Amino acid sequence: MFNKRINIFTGHFGSGKTEVAVNFAIKLSELYDKTAIVDFDIVNPYFRTADAKSELERRGILVILPLYANTNVDVPSLPPEINGIFERKEYRVVFDVGGDDIGAKALSRYRDEILKDDYEMFFVVNTRRPMTDTDEKIGRLIAEIEYSSRLKVTGIVNNTNLLEDTTADDLIQGGKIIEEVSKKLNIPVAFTSGFSESIRHMADNEKKRFLELQKFIKLPWE
Amino acid sequence: MGEKLLMKGNEVIAEAALRAGCRYYFGYPITPQTEIAHYMAKMMPKVNGTFIQAESEVAAINMVYGAASAGARVMTSSSSPGISLKQEGISYASCAELPAVIVNIVRCGPGLGGILPSQGDYFQAVKGGGHGDYKLVVLAPYSVQELYELTVEAFNIADRYRVLAMIMGDGTLGQMMEAVEFRDKEETPDFKKDWALTGTGMNREHNVVTSIYIKPEELEAHNIKLQKKYEQIALNETRVEVYNCDDADIIVAAYGSVARIVKNVIKMAQKEGIKVGLIRPITLWPFPSKAFEKYAQVPKAFLTVELSAGQMVEDVRLAVNGKNNVHFYGRMGGMLPTQKEILDRIKQILK
Repeated sequence: MFNKRINIFTGHFGSGKTEVAVNFAIKLSELYDKTAIVDFDIVNPYFRTADAKSELERRGILVILPLYANTNVDVPSLPPEINGIFERKEYRVVFDVGGDDIGAKALSRYRDEILKDDYEMFFVVNTRRPMTDTDEKIGRLIAEIEYSSRLKVTGIVNNTNLLEDTTADDLIQGGKIIEEVSKKLNIPVAFTSGFSESIRHMADNEKKRFLELQKFIKLPWE
Repeated sequence: MGEKLLMKGNEVIAEAALRAGCRYYFGYPITPQTEIAHYMAKMMPKVNGTFIQAESEVAAINMVYGAASAGARVMTSSSSPGISLKQEGISYASCAELPAVIVNIVRCGPGLGGILPSQGDYFQAVKGGGHGDYKLVVLAPYSVQELYELTVEAFNIADRYRVLAMIMGDGTLGQMMEAVEFRDKEETPDFKKDWALTGTGMNREHNVVTSIYIKPEELEAHNIKLQKKYEQIALNETRVEVYNCDDADIIVAAYGSVARIVKNVIKMAQKEGIKVGLIRPITLWPFPSKAFEKYAQVPKAFLTVELSAGQMVEDVRLAVNGKNNVHFYGRMGGMLPTQKEILDRIKQILK
């Protein structure tokens, strides 16, 4: 789960990519000396990696953000520091990519660098999102993301949830749909992620590959 | 209730419109509401509907005028600067008594301003942003669930009274995600649109949809008719949540996402022995003045909290009508008040 140098998180927008990427980076930083996270999101204006910046930096994680993240302008510019991250091999890197094929398009700019490196490209999916609630829809989105990024998805992350309203049934149903996608496309389910309460509902074999999420990106009243 | 999904505020507005039978959407992208257009662009072809990204906001609102004239359920959406551009069309459609839904996911201004949340368009929405004497029904949801329910309701209100209904939320509401539970089937009464321009088939006199009345007597009569309609709407459609107000030390007035923050302030204050009430207008027009009148003399003071320089506070003052002090606390520029800031202000007022 944590053995690649470059870890790319793609998915439908609103699938929980950022929460998963931020928590994944924190886990990496516990296992390795140097960790970096790149906010690669050129789609989403609010609720992004930048919101967790101080928490990540407190843990010694290098945070690379677009120049205008969380300001009052919507300028989808990628930071020049990204180039350096492919040279600085001592770093373990997390890429938090923007949603859908539109967000993944920005990745294709770095396709050659990524292919030369030791990488994993995750596809984060929440089957309680309306555009990814069936295996056909998920399959189509994976194809779109692969087409626009010019890279292949290597692992699926099951992040099925309804936030605090998540039930055991949601997780079981989500697991089934994702298993179906995995079989059809021959892409392994890399891991499952969720808030700690979700573990109660999980089978033992799933627990081994579970990324427990802490909520870092919060609403103003949380 | 039926299916439960995790959705972004903007997505749920689009989904609710589709469920309410809206088959025409005309818009022009602007942050922080572009997901509405994205969702419509994806879904409209699947339900044999029409999505058009117009060449401008002005074009979009006039396409709404056209579709509504033909009796269709139609929607447009934008954010503050885009809504400013639509004002002429809004005034025209209001005069022509055309039913449609307009969504404003408010960002901060004035001018180009910024993409972060604000409530600075209150005056524009409830006092008439365009010219002439007209009103919009303005609904202000405060959760993703309410965005769904009130969007469906907006279509029904629009058709029932032949008015424009506006969904007004700030950027936070448009961008946040929450679980939403959908009804299996929407209640959309069959509104007979016998006034619509559907072709006479040579069987009846032709209908007229217009915003020009050449004779002043006729224009005045039309204005009086509009005003009577607005009185009816005020009587029947005013919505408000009154929370924790009986024997409150202070009553806070807030709507939209700010009301969410205030609900947590109420809990914080309770721990310190201060009883805080909340009056949350759900319709900004018609304004729930009666709720304020009823509680005018209950607390030691009122406090209005907004993401503006103080707009709704004027309506709160009119409703309280000098019977109590009405204070104001606001943030601008995309900044949000923290719970502590609001609680500190409450303590300062009560001291």
